[in-house]
Amino acid sequence: MIGSRPHPHPSDGAVGSIGSSAARKDAPDKVHGRTRYTDDHRLPGMLHAVLVTSPVAHAVITEVRTTAARALPGVRGVLTGRDFPLLVGLYLGDKPPLARDRVRYFGEPVAAVVADTERAAHAAAARVRVGYHEQPPVRSPREALAPGAPVLHPELERYVHIPAIMPEPGTNIGNRTKIRKGDPEAVFAEAASTEVAVVVEGSYSFPPADHAAMEPRVAIAEICADGRIVIRSSTQSPYGVRAIMSRCLGIPPGKLTVAVAEVGGGFGGKAGVQLEPLAYLLSREFGGRPVRLANTREHDMVSSPGAPGLQSRVRLAAGRDGRLLAADIEFLFDSGGYADYAVNVSRAAAYSCTGPYRIPHVKADSLSVYTNHPFATAYRGFGHIEMSYSIERTMEQLAERLELDPVALRRLNAVQPGDTTPSQDELDPNTGDLAACIDHAAEAIGWENGALTRLDERTVRAKGLSCFWKAPAIPTFTDAGALISFNEDGSLNLITGAVEIGQGIYTGLAQIVAERLQISPEEVHVVSEVMTDRSTHDWTTAASRTLFMCGRAALAAVEDAVAQIRQVAAAPLRCAEEDLEVAGARVFIADDPRHGLALAEVANGYVYPDGNAIGGPVIGRGKYIARHLSHLDPETGAGRPGLEWTLGAEAVEVEVDLRDGRFRVLKAACAMDVGKVINPALARGQVVGAMAMGIGYTTREAFEFDSRERVLNGNLRDYKLLRYGEHPEYIVRFVETPQNDGPYGARGLGEQGIVGMPGALSAAFSRAIGVQLNELPITPERLWLALEDAGSPDRVPHPEASQGAGS
Amino acid sequence: MKRYDGLLSIELAVNGERYQASVTPGDTLLHSLRSTLGLTGTKLGCENGDCGACTVLLEGKPVKSCYTLTLAAEGREITTIEGLRETPVQQAFAAAYGFQCGYCTPGFVLNTHALLQRHPKPDEATTREWLESNLCRCTGYETIAEAVQLASESEPQ
Ligand code: FES
Ligand code: FES
Repeated sequence: MIGSRPHPHPSDGAVGSIGSSAARKDAPDKVHGRTRYTDDHRLPGMLHAVLVTSPVAHAVITEVRTTAARALPGVRGVLTGRDFPLLVGLYLGDKPPLARDRVRYFGEPVAAVVADTERAAHAAAARVRVGYHEQPPVRSPREALAPGAPVLHPELERYVHIPAIMPEPGTNIGNRTKIRKGDPEAVFAEAASTEVAVVVEGSYSFPPADHAAMEPRVAIAEICADGRIVIRSSTQSPYGVRAIMSRCLGIPPGKLTVAVAEVGGGFGGKAGVQLEPLAYLLSREFGGRPVRLANTREHDMVSSPGAPGLQSRVRLAAGRDGRLLAADIEFLFDSGGYADYAVNVSRAAAYSCTGPYRIPHVKADSLSVYTNHPFATAYRGFGHIEMSYSIERTMEQLAERLELDPVALRRLNAVQPGDTTPSQDELDPNTGDLAACIDHAAEAIGWENGALTRLDERTVRAKGLSCFWKAPAIPTFTDAGALISFNEDGSLNLITGAVEIGQGIYTGLAQIVAERLQISPEEVHVVSEVMTDRSTHDWTTAASRTLFMCGRAALAAVEDAVAQIRQVAAAPLRCAEEDLEVAGARVFIADDPRHGLALAEVANGYVYPDGNAIGGPVIGRGKYIARHLSHLDPETGAGRPGLEWTLGAEAVEVEVDLRDGRFRVLKAACAMDVGKVINPALARGQVVGAMAMGIGYTTREAFEFDSRERVLNGNLRDYKLLRYGEHPEYIVRFVETPQNDGPYGARGLGEQGIVGMPGALSAAFSRAIGVQLNELPITPERLWLALEDAGSPDRVPHPEASQGAGS
Repeated sequence: MKRYDGLLSIELAVNGERYQASVTPGDTLLHSLRSTLGLTGTKLGCENGDCGACTVLLEGKPVKSCYTLTLAAEGREITTIEGLRETPVQQAFAAAYGFQCGYCTPGFVLNTHALLQRHPKPDEATTREWLESNLCRCTGYETIAEAVQLASESEPQ
């Protein structure tokens, strides 16, 4: 017998890792401040760049004077738009690295100062003089679409774009996605002429907002003597940055390495391409010296992209029993001055446009529209949050009209396997159990105890519930790779292209690998830095698909390593390869585990007693690519856009003071069908974090503009995020209907918790004050004004109006 | 009144060690810690006193280092996240999953550490008063609250 270590058999179940709250691998470094984020790197000879940004929303640039700035000590140079005559864009190449001739939003970078120190760069930036000839700003998507509106990108026709995006030159439309399913016109016509159906309609809106990740974006670029470019960046998309820079700047991708260690929060805001091209161009101006381009918080909020605003309209037809018959939907996304991700956000809203409800006849037009607001990129929820808000508001109206219980109405229309999505794609048996989620959410919030309670003459408590669904808006060829190698002790190293942005991906992947090999996650060492030249290709860490896809790739890499280990071990163990099994850090004969070898003895080559060796380092290779995804038909939207649909329901309880509109969110519940929970603590953390963002998004987070569309609250003092103690009691429940093509049945869950919050909160607040609230954010002031309008007998003067009365 | 000008060489007492540092009168403590001393555990989130990512302890009291001039810290004991090793608060943040991206964590850990030194068993209102000066965008604060609770239950050092 070879090998003498104890050898647990997989069926002993001694080490089960999936479904357990394994400790986060990054915990020791993070609680000791040892984690190195991008801006913690200081390179020798590094220069510092600071942006000069536009103080107006829409203007022709008449001049840029840099002499005074250049004269300051320590200043190496000042670059303007004229220095970089090129366009960069994720899907649609519409954005100059620095504004040329024209600025399209407040905060747009017009010049960059490069200096020896950050302070010198700031001092010089204040001395750059830019002349602006202001133009009337385009203030909303509807204004942008009105006849006679200024066309913000007259050159739209000439911009390079991917085929899935369909800009309409001569207008402000960056993309339009159409959904045409069934014959909604006929249903609405019939509903109008008969008593059998009812029609409800509503319009909704909210302004652009910001991700406000705690780490501001930063990129550090350098060019080596041999022409290699290295960019360290706080990015969710190292491979995306490489691809886009290669495409837009003509850089051979092999010459460009994008490196990212840990990212201090992303939420979509660090996906795509951000500061990297400009950092590279600046380095090029200074002989390839490292140039650090770090956003101030103010630049991060306004100059770099945020979340899109929305104007929408939804018309629903339903039978008297509440069954949905048809939908007619218009989403107008406020993409701001440039397209970035917004043109795909609007597409995602289109293919998901009905929410998780069975509606046989659907017409939808979802547009991404240029305005003179700060431009928009991916934001947690990606089109689904905007869609869900619009649909859920209309569902509330429908329930009121039909005098049906809003929860029962949703349950009646909940999608099931076999139903078709707006893109006419049949929901397969992997579809989650929405009805179960609705029941859980309703029960968690205590729906049966009443949705509206009056505590005293000034205070009410109200509940609201909404449903959500989300499918990742990804290219049809979205991929992930994984590599496994082994150490001398038989432990293994896992390399992927996944970026740690807070979600705990390395812990989750280690658990998936550990489960398959029946070892402890601690024996799986995950390489926690992505470098595009030595990690494995990975589309982007976004769209809640990383655990799914990298998990599948990691499992494939394990299988590949296992096959190699069996091949090497078969000779010394004198058996057929197929008789061997790998588990618990051993390879052994499956039907007689006494015969086996430690992985340490085979994974880097087996050495016979006489010194002869066979094998060599085992390298497990794994890959995954999205299955069966297809483009959407340009006329009907038919196609298969989504890898998987995550379904769920959320419910909230709020307490409102009817005199002045002040409120508290008491409870927030989410029930989500996640397929399989890999790590309960991490899964809950993602959902709770997303719900918290949803509360902020609904009740306070929005850019405020003055009459010239200048942002008034582009900093963390005036843009108020949820703070400690303002958070509600969170209730999270997971339903597990397996996603059979996901790793161990898991599906995406990182973003979904935000999607239903605007709908649930709007329903609760509307119920509390008896007025339908169809705009966000719902601030105390908005509630107070709505109560005023409704002539509430309990009203007191506006708090600001009463100021000065003294006390 | 003492006047400062140009580049000055001063001594800073950080985490029980003495550092000689060249600073200008306008340097913030955040800048000096990160760029001059290379103590990058202290994070920059806003440089406007709004987020608390830059929190350090000055004589045991939490301050926002982006709002503190380095000269004002001369001769006073400065504690940064690098100065805490496996304290009950750090263990609690790790055990309770009191972070995600970790960018806010040094600030929250230091603030909580100071809170528990002053109030070993803080009530909810006290905890809130202390910790509402720090922003976390990832966690929704639930696990941070659990970490504070856990740390307050562990043996004082
Ligand atoms: S960086 Fe000091 S409070 Fe934000
Ligand atoms: S853990 Fe990311 S900001 Fe708190």
